[in-house]
Amino acid sequence: MKPSVQSDAVDAADEFRAPSDAPFLIGLIVLGGTYVGIIVLMFLADLAFTDSESILGALREPEIQYSIKLSLISCTISTVLSVWVAVPIGYLMSRFQFGGKNAVDAILDIPIVLPPLVIGISLLILFNYPPFEWISDHVVFEIPAVILAQFMVACAFAVRTMRVTFDQIPARFEDVAMTLGCNRSQAFWKVILPQARHGVLAAATLAWARSLGEFGPILVFAGSTRMRTEVLPTSVYLEMQAGNTKGMLAVALIMVAAAAVVLVTARLFGMKRLNA
Amino acid sequence: MIRVTDLCLTQGDFRLRDVSFTVPTGEYAALMGRSGCGKTTALEVVCGLRAFETGRIEVSGRNVGRLKPAERGIGYVPQDRALFPTMRIRDQIAFSLVIRRWSPVEIGRRVDELAEMLGITRLLDRMPDGLSGGESQRIALARALAFRPKALCLDEPLNALDEELHDEICELLDEVHRQTRVTVLHITHSPSEARQLAGIVFRMADGRIQEEGGTA
Repeated sequence: MKPSVQSDAVDAADEFRAPSDAPFLIGLIVLGGTYVGIIVLMFLADLAFTDSESILGALREPEIQYSIKLSLISCTISTVLSVWVAVPIGYLMSRFQFGGKNAVDAILDIPIVLPPLVIGISLLILFNYPPFEWISDHVVFEIPAVILAQFMVACAFAVRTMRVTFDQIPARFEDVAMTLGCNRSQAFWKVILPQARHGVLAAATLAWARSLGEFGPILVFAGSTRMRTEVLPTSVYLEMQAGNTKGMLAVALIMVAAAAVVLVTARLFGMKRLNA
Repeated sequence: MIRVTDLCLTQGDFRLRDVSFTVPTGEYAALMGRSGCGKTTALEVVCGLRAFETGRIEVSGRNVGRLKPAERGIGYVPQDRALFPTMRIRDQIAFSLVIRRWSPVEIGRRVDELAEMLGITRLLDRMPDGLSGGESQRIALARALAFRPKALCLDEPLNALDEELHDEICELLDEVHRQTRVTVLHITHSPSEARQLAGIVFRMADGRIQEEGGTA
């Protein structure tokens, strides 16, 4: 009898059918697809609502030209500053143990979790106290305020990116470099930083995109004076205040285009380096 | 010569206690023990990559215990080889010589010499991705030997190699040692590996050297 019981069991095993994967896969596609769809539809609606004439019209206005120029310059400066600060902080946080590290880590997250507007208000208040007060006339409500407001937020994101980047590079490389004759600085510049180049690129892209979109802190700390501290988000705000929906949308689309160019360039550049 | 005397260190629950051993100049020594017994830690202390509490570390009669890793004159090959992913093989081998500001001609000569000894001449202009385990090991050895170190520390150099490669690299290590007469400290958990290569074997367990013996 036994063999027949066994063969029944084998048959039963053969007949076993796992439940279909379809509901799970459909769930993934529907949820993911909805979000991706809304993003695409959003931009299609923007494009449908405007026309090339109003975009070109906006581009011809000197205020908008000024705001594009200031946005591009200030974002680039704040990105360079952010990367310059984020690389050493990221490296320090990734490689060294020191007293109060957790506290420093938490402080570095403040600009990420804090409402951006609060950053602007706090900067404004900070420049009431020395030594900041001494240069306040040259900073507050002037172009340096735009850059500083962008930098304060963008840098926090760049720091996160660099920290993760360095965490993913084993310390073993520095160990070997140091036995080969490097001091810490040489090991960093010659062995670690070249490996972190994609992270640096990612941090710079992120910082640039954050800077371009920065609005709240700039409004509070740098004001919204036309032809002086007007960046693209300020232009959107001012056009909206003036009830010029077409102009507002045109400027918004210019920002979309600028962000897209940076993202695509960074990706292409990154890919090329990856394949090299 | 590598001489470690009464080395102690505590790291969390783990301790090294009064670790003492001497590898005479030009000898090939194996430091043997199970995973987690402290042999890699001891090796890292010798290389200067880990701080210790008390004890003395000498290389060729010089007390190197408080020197930076760069100043100890020890070649180091970690278990994962850690080839620099952004550098061509030639540049990896030349790395320590560039740091020491050798002339380009001397560097070129030394790199070619090592490449020939280790059979990696055809790999010199490659990047390290896609190399086999044996090739990586040869390159890591060449890189560690380039600046003519007084001692060579190898952390499980034959681990993760298949049987055929294992024997091939074993012979290579033997040959390199015969040619360079560098003092070698080789960490392994395999008794057969130790027997095959080492003139002296130290057995380590629970953070101590348990016994010392020759195999030759």
